[in-house]
Amino acid sequence: MGEAARADDCSVCASRLAVLRLTLHEWRSFSGLELEIDSRPVVLAGANGAGKTNILEAISLLGPGRGLRGAELAELGRRPAAADESTADWAVSALLEGAEGPLRVGVGIERDTGPPRRIARLDGRMAGPAELARHLRIVWTHPGMDRLFSGAAGERRKFFDRLAMGFYPEHGQIASAYERAMRERQKVLEDQGDPLWLDALERRMAETGASLAAARVDTQRRLMQALDRRESSVFPQADLDLIGEMEVGFLAGEPAGAIETRFMATLRAARGRDRAAGRALSGPHRADWPARHRAAGRPAAECSTGEQKALQLSILLAYARALADEWGSPPLLLIDEAGAHLDSRRRDALWGEILDLDVQAWLTGTDIELFSGFGPNAQIFSAGNGRLKAVPLHSGGRGAFHAQASGPSDS
Amino acid sequence: MRLAGFGFRLWRSDESGLGVRMKRQTAGPELERLVTLIAKLPGLGPRSARRVALFLLKKRDVLMIPLAEALMLAAEKVRPCGTCGNFDAIDPCAVCMDSGRDPGLICVVEDVADLWALERASAIRGRYHVLGGVLSALDGVRPQDLRIDSLVARATLPEMREIILAMNATIDGQTTALYLTERLAYLPVRITRLAQGVPVGGELDHLDEGTLLAALTSRREF
Repeated sequence: MGEAARADDCSVCASRLAVLRLTLHEWRSFSGLELEIDSRPVVLAGANGAGKTNILEAISLLGPGRGLRGAELAELGRRPAAADESTADWAVSALLEGAEGPLRVGVGIERDTGPPRRIARLDGRMAGPAELARHLRIVWTHPGMDRLFSGAAGERRKFFDRLAMGFYPEHGQIASAYERAMRERQKVLEDQGDPLWLDALERRMAETGASLAAARVDTQRRLMQALDRRESSVFPQADLDLIGEMEVGFLAGEPAGAIETRFMATLRAARGRDRAAGRALSGPHRADWPARHRAAGRPAAECSTGEQKALQLSILLAYARALADEWGSPPLLLIDEAGAHLDSRRRDALWGEILDLDVQAWLTGTDIELFSGFGPNAQIFSAGNGRLKAVPLHSGGRGAFHAQASGPSDS
Repeated sequence: MRLAGFGFRLWRSDESGLGVRMKRQTAGPELERLVTLIAKLPGLGPRSARRVALFLLKKRDVLMIPLAEALMLAAEKVRPCGTCGNFDAIDPCAVCMDSGRDPGLICVVEDVADLWALERASAIRGRYHVLGGVLSALDGVRPQDLRIDSLVARATLPEMREIILAMNATIDGQTTALYLTERLAYLPVRITRLAQGVPVGGELDHLDEGTLLAALTSRREF
């Protein structure tokens, strides 16, 4: 049912996290697709609308959460031919190699009873989000995130919370528990409900909020360490700050118990205000991660789109290195429109760092020539008409390939 | 159709929207109503409902009629216990009437199914209190919708020594347990909850971090 495309075999097979086979069924623009690859970076080139991002999104869905586009479950199925049919039941499965050996992962939609829900299997067993997060560390960036630092704080929180999940697999679930308690509290406030019920919900918010804040503070510390270790490269150095009322307590080294008690008191005092506002006005759900461009000495929010993208990549590359140190393998790195906003010097430096990190990056771009710097060290596919075609290396007319196996040397 | 090795059921499109109704009129309204009702039972979909209906019809005398009678009898006689909320044909229920049980100990559970689970394990020497659900503002379940006032009344009895909160380890279950702790805090009774941690026969390697942390927090002296 699917089309098999195979790139040249690679003899270098380390134990880094990498997809070796990807199977899509009724997914977005693909009725079926089976892709066999090795652990080298994967490049998907093709015109707009060719389905490149759909493939990155499929990989992003192997991990916990709603994936790269944050889409609803039912949206992900292939559009039916007739307007009155509902979208098909999709499934994405993959064979990966990880730091602990081969791993089979499958995700799909199930609507046997009640509303559609996502089910995930790891090596044939049902797996919850934390278990997925523990085995599949996946991070991404796409054009919608280009102005990450000048955009809404919520997008930055989402980005950095995903990074935190790499160190703390439970982070996503704790965030859901916090948000659930917060929504419950708001409802009880609106209904003028039992104050003891509010106490219970605020205690839950404080407990889960403290876990969130502690994980964020530790993630920020690790990211800064990794950023400081990066040799000066063509990517600008970033300084990360973390603002949030519980986070500040952890940054100051206060004990968790004291931070929780204080937050509970804050919430209790703010009941009238929050009822009137229709939402909780303080807490870890309002935290922010402002960054500074170190060399330019100004807030990242004031930097150009290109500089913001470069700062973001700088953070992602540092993060990949930190995860490799922590778990023995860097994460899967999904970079949609990898060439956008980068000049050729930065582009080649990015390819160089990806190879140096030994990370399986998945990159998309409209023009295959953008990726010539990878030479034979990447697997290149052209996308179109719901299929992928392996592009043979050193094909006629493109003599510009040159292998760049180490990091950038220019400073 | 299965995707090799991953066990996903990939329904063919003509099956995906399958309702309870058969495609063409193949059975009269009597049978169709029976199938519709059976399909409302937990764990049964339209396909298995048809199978159950067929099975019953084939076993008319040994199963279908006795089942119908048992259903009628249970519907008529079995009611929630006025004291604890357990289902029984007598009120107070057999568990509440059992004089061999510790009158100073109440185990609070969400549902009768949890009571049965604890009874199967013969784990509780005392009696029970079935809440009838968990607090959930978003689903419209408020404290007054659960059997909480009657729990507080029972907890106030002079012989009461301990109340075990045996809620599920879900978000709403634990919030409800916190709420009950606050409600009962003024009483001179001991309030405990079930331990969370390594399941019996469980391997550490397969536990998630949350469970491992909980197990460590509530570790005990050997």
